[in-house]
Amino acid sequence: MKPLLQLGNLNAWYGESHVLHGVDMTVGEGEMVTILGRNGVGKTTTLRTIMGIIRERKGEIRFDGRDMLSVPLHRTAHAGIGFVPEERGIFATLSVEENLMLPPVVAEGGMPLDEIYELFPNLLERRTSPGTKLSGGEQQMLAMARILRTGVRLLILDEPTEGLAPVIVQRIGEVLKKLKARGMTVLLVEQNFRFASKIADRFYLMDHGKMVADFPVAQLPERMGMLNTVLGV
Amino acid sequence: MMMIFGIPLQAFLGQLLIGLINGSFYALLSLGLAVIFGLLRVINFAHGAQYMLGAFAALLLLSYLGINYWVALIIAPLLVGLFGAIVERTMLSRLYKLDPLYGLLFTFGLALTIEGTFRYLYGAAGQPYSVPPALAGGTNLGFMFLPIYRGWVVVVSLVACIGTWLLIEKTRLGAYLRAATEDTVLVQAFGINVPLLLTLTYGLGSALAAFAGVLAAPIYQVSPLMGTNIIIVVFAVVVVGGMGSIMGAIVTGYMLGIAEGLTKVFYPEASNIVIFVIMAVVLLLRPAGLFGKDA
Repeated sequence: MKPLLQLGNLNAWYGESHVLHGVDMTVGEGEMVTILGRNGVGKTTTLRTIMGIIRERKGEIRFDGRDMLSVPLHRTAHAGIGFVPEERGIFATLSVEENLMLPPVVAEGGMPLDEIYELFPNLLERRTSPGTKLSGGEQQMLAMARILRTGVRLLILDEPTEGLAPVIVQRIGEVLKKLKARGMTVLLVEQNFRFASKIADRFYLMDHGKMVADFPVAQLPERMGMLNTVLGV
Repeated sequence: MMMIFGIPLQAFLGQLLIGLINGSFYALLSLGLAVIFGLLRVINFAHGAQYMLGAFAALLLLSYLGINYWVALIIAPLLVGLFGAIVERTMLSRLYKLDPLYGLLFTFGLALTIEGTFRYLYGAAGQPYSVPPALAGGTNLGFMFLPIYRGWVVVVSLVACIGTWLLIEKTRLGAYLRAATEDTVLVQAFGINVPLLLTLTYGLGSALAAFAGVLAAPIYQVSPLMGTNIIIVVFAVVVVGGMGSIMGAIVTGYMLGIAEGLTKVFYPEASNIVIFVIMAVVLLLRPAGLFGKDA
């Protein structure tokens, strides 16, 4: 499988604090990869460093062969990487449709609006409401939907199921499976191990600011002992 | 003679018109301040100086190049807007990561520098700028005499305010601006060039001030201190409307202009302080302002 995203010896800092200690990771084209790990081990930081939100970084970030370290934050999306943050980032002063239309289209092949509304019918019904009046689940759908419009090749999701009801988590899982079937590459950070185990192709286990294990979904049964120890699942 | 609350109708309507004209300038200027504060979180103390630059640009374009009022109404805001954009890109943008106080101090220093330079070059006395011939004279409405130019100021400022409101509330660019006000980093992560947006916003705010300056040139004399005289009132308008609120700036601008005008009719002694009294009351009852987010 052709690698789409490659991280090599990636280090990052929050001011004086050294938070990523040489992260190595590869995400293949069309793959769905999940980063597992306890709270505070650097999962969200890894995603934010890939996006360029954290600028104090060293090492290698390559997207489709292109060096991304020198790319300014506002050009990362244009390279083909879309980001759905943990806090969802729905804008209160914008309606649902304005939130949906906010990120610029960066390439052809994005999901058309009518298809998005077919996939997320609640958004169509509430398109004129202020974005933050939606329920948590609807906000998560909106946060994902607005990136799908843009034609990015890699979707980065930070804890998409956090704080959501089981029925909504199941719906998000269905949507991600549909995206995978369309060939979208997805990099996911997820604390909900059971959710991730049903949709991911491959896992990275993170601890103390670096990847400590990497295995495909087929090896999950034999890795459960280690996961129980590290994650306490 | 018809009377309203013991005041002749003509005097009442005359002051109402003056209030509306002053309100037009308050609205245009506070709108620019609100646009800048909303996105840049900078209290632009140079706004009065940029208003003065607009008026001076019109005067100098006429004196040295023979460019008339109508062309100046377009060129002067463009020139001052460009000046604002250069100031933002080369100087103001370096202060965003610091305490907001630094932005205020910088623009305060900029205002003093601009005004001082113009006072040195042109003196403190005001210089006249003629009303364009097409808008000279007045019309008798039956109950009062309306100078055409003053009517034009009210109409054109209303159009500019509504146009700016539509730009911010109803366009894609406006959605970018509103979103960037909430979360600049995420908006950049979506692929929007926020540093450019900040430069354009400061340029737009400066251009609005200059537009008000050109409109003001034929009514008030063109003087280096004309901005200083009005800017304190405009800050009061922005505070009453709610810092950063576009609709608040527009509505409050007209409302306080009219309140000031009517106070001149009913209790002239208080006309200079009425706006500040209203500001104090609003701050006590609604600290976020009438249209502020917490109101």
